[in-house]
Amino acid sequence: MTEALTRYAQRLEELAKEHGLDYYPVQFEEVPSSFMMEIAVYGLPVRMPHWSFGVRYIYQLIQHRMGHSRLFEVVFPGNPGRAYLARNNSLQENTLVTAHVLGHADFAKNNTLFKRSQEQVGYKIVEQAASHAREIGYAVEQHGQTRVEQVLDAALALEAHIDTVQPLRRERYPQYLEPSKTGRGGPFQSRFDNLPGGPVATDAPLERVRAPTPPAPERDLLWLIAEYAPDLEEWERDIFRAVREESFYFYPVFACQIMNEGWASYWHARLLREADFLPQNEYLDALKTHSDVVRPHAAEQQASLVVNPYHLGFSIWESIVEEHGIERAFQIRGEDDDFSFVRNYLSQELAEELKLFRYEQAADGSVRVLDHDIHALRETALAPKYNFGAPAVLATHIANDGSLELFHEHATDGRGLDLDRAERVLDYLHKMWRRPMALETIDTERRTKVLRRS
Amino acid sequence: MEEDGSSGFIERPGADRQWYDLFSRGARDWLRHNDKVRSAVRERLPELIANSDVLPRADSTVQVPVRFLEHSRFRLRDPGQQEGVGQGEGKPGDQLTGPAEQREGKGAGGNDEGGYQFVLELKIDDIVDWLWEELKLPNLKVKSGAVRNEDYQREGWSRRGVRSRLDRRRSLKEAIKRRAVQPDGAAFTDDDLRYRQLSLRKRPATEAVVFFAMDVSSSMTDHDRKLAKSFFFWVVQGLRRQYTHIEPVFVAHTIEAWEFPEQEFFQVSGSGGTVASAAFRKILDIAAQRYDPGRFNIYTFYASDGANFRHDREAAQAALAELGEIVNFIGYVETAPAAQQALSTETSALFEQLQADTGVAGRYGLSTPESVWDAIRAFFTQQADVEV
Repeated sequence: MTEALTRYAQRLEELAKEHGLDYYPVQFEEVPSSFMMEIAVYGLPVRMPHWSFGVRYIYQLIQHRMGHSRLFEVVFPGNPGRAYLARNNSLQENTLVTAHVLGHADFAKNNTLFKRSQEQVGYKIVEQAASHAREIGYAVEQHGQTRVEQVLDAALALEAHIDTVQPLRRERYPQYLEPSKTGRGGPFQSRFDNLPGGPVATDAPLERVRAPTPPAPERDLLWLIAEYAPDLEEWERDIFRAVREESFYFYPVFACQIMNEGWASYWHARLLREADFLPQNEYLDALKTHSDVVRPHAAEQQASLVVNPYHLGFSIWESIVEEHGIERAFQIRGEDDDFSFVRNYLSQELAEELKLFRYEQAADGSVRVLDHDIHALRETALAPKYNFGAPAVLATHIANDGSLELFHEHATDGRGLDLDRAERVLDYLHKMWRRPMALETIDTERRTKVLRRS
Repeated sequence: MEEDGSSGFIERPGADRQWYDLFSRGARDWLRHNDKVRSAVRERLPELIANSDVLPRADSTVQVPVRFLEHSRFRLRDPGQQEGVGQGEGKPGDQLTGPAEQREGKGAGGNDEGGYQFVLELKIDDIVDWLWEELKLPNLKVKSGAVRNEDYQREGWSRRGVRSRLDRRRSLKEAIKRRAVQPDGAAFTDDDLRYRQLSLRKRPATEAVVFFAMDVSSSMTDHDRKLAKSFFFWVVQGLRRQYTHIEPVFVAHTIEAWEFPEQEFFQVSGSGGTVASAAFRKILDIAAQRYDPGRFNIYTFYASDGANFRHDREAAQAALAELGEIVNFIGYVETAPAAQQALSTETSALFEQLQADTGVAGRYGLSTPESVWDAIRAFFTQQADVEV
């Protein structure tokens, strides 16, 4: 089977390049579906061990057994890119998957967010993650499973709390405030000082003022803990750094999911359509696989409460190419992320065509359709994607005694933190920070609520 | 970045391919998760035992429904209503029916696995092992001295004996040895035969009877009974580590005392007052009829809230003194709503007296499930110290 697939893959690549797809070489590998499932669970083929992955694994296994999910491919951007295909897929399925992978590879090389993350994290994330896993394995040998697990409990809980606007490798905060250029007290004061009879300007150095830590509220909690936790050992800081590096890699995957899956689906459909080297029946089988992947929802259901990102992205890309041409599409795949993509190109007409609706689900599970308003639709679809999908929790102050203040920006998030979970996360963090901590959020009555550890 | 190499399929050699099949990281982390669940369950054990209807048997298992552990992350509080975008037929105001799909929290933040439950089956034996580990309980010493069983045991071989004890294998070996030096010897001679020999040996008794007596007068609440029961249970399990065979006997009393089968014992409720001597007499009777103190190690545990009738004091004291002579140990468990109230009652004073006189008694106050552990620890530590 692989022989035929290799042949088709070569032809598909030629076709892709003719169409202007531009990507780093991709190493394909067929693996058992059990391994595919693990990659999906861990997000990476070899990743650090943690019990929470075990829970996701069983969850995935149950879903898989019940036939709810089927994994066709997993792609890792990089140079070379790596793609894993399920060995038990049919030739037709894997032909389609190969074309799909080329779409992803093109996206990963050209999209700004992906480019930026690869420039910072590196082009060999699979190997890097494996080496993190290895180092954590050594740490387990040296310091015992319990201690390493405690570090991972805390670090992985903060996985989404990074600041991708800042570079991956950041300088520590300045220790002292910059002496202000106009001397003490601002422009008025300096003009006043310069009046005749005023104090004589001296050359004595200005008194240096210690800068507060952090100088401004800090989003990157993983970085802050790795660099500023008062009592962490170096190997513990390294684990935080490893988790943070992987998070920087995951961010564009998360922030461009609709675009990226849509783009890959657009290209597998197009490449297959034009692949005249495929025998007719194999083309038809592959096409059927395509319609399975991008179908909006299971045929027997009236409606779905989750929008299939493959389908949504695919439809938006088709309408873009139709209206603005393929050159414009290439430009968009380079410059946008899901936010701008959905806001700019999910039009009223397209939403109607796709039968998108906004709904409200009560606590008892009953669902009511709200409206079809396009602006509301877009914002509701994007809402779970803000801030890497996590509440905005910022570090506001580290006091001289090392105590840490955290603040939840409930005003932007609209409501307070889930207090039980916040308490547990605080427990994880306190084992690392080892000094007093406080976390401010609001309760159900919108009153200020401060959780503390001493 | 320069582009080095070109795309292509990687073919792993056979050994590498099998590696994928053999090693599952997911399964490894799942097992680790289960370990954590077990230790979490471990902390809830007193509660679990107290809530079952009968004392579980040592060779049985308890099934504990548990949720998947959740690795917590910062999350926003659940709003009363959740909004989302769906796809399909639907006009504003429509109520959607049919199988509601799970909203999946995919991506970095999502962790909605809390919905599944699984059942963890724990062996009582394992639990007892944990308990020993956790409480660092000393091994209790079997009372030596008078308490002995006499029994015949095999010991060596003899040339004389009854036919039924003929050891054929041994005899054949002897014959072979002999023929090695007598090449022309007979196949078998009488001298080759070997018989198993028995001798009378004394062994320490390995049987024990445990009397559980409980005050079921109206003042004993459900809470009190549950505490008593989980204490009883762990004591039996602990004693089982010492004795090959253990027999529990259940006695309930108000102003009278009755023996009950285990299944009914924990449901019995009586009314009226408390006469502890009735229970002690009943135990003495049963012991005299069925459990010879020469053969059995006798343990007695009595649970009450301590409100004994005042006029029963002397009768109870006398009966207790008699009991004190035949038992390895007699323990008194007093249930009280709060820890500081325990052990200040009439009954408690009786046991204090016995403890001072003979050293075979102990008293424990039970107010919360945690105090059961303290009582267990106190009991076994005391036993290890007292009985040398």
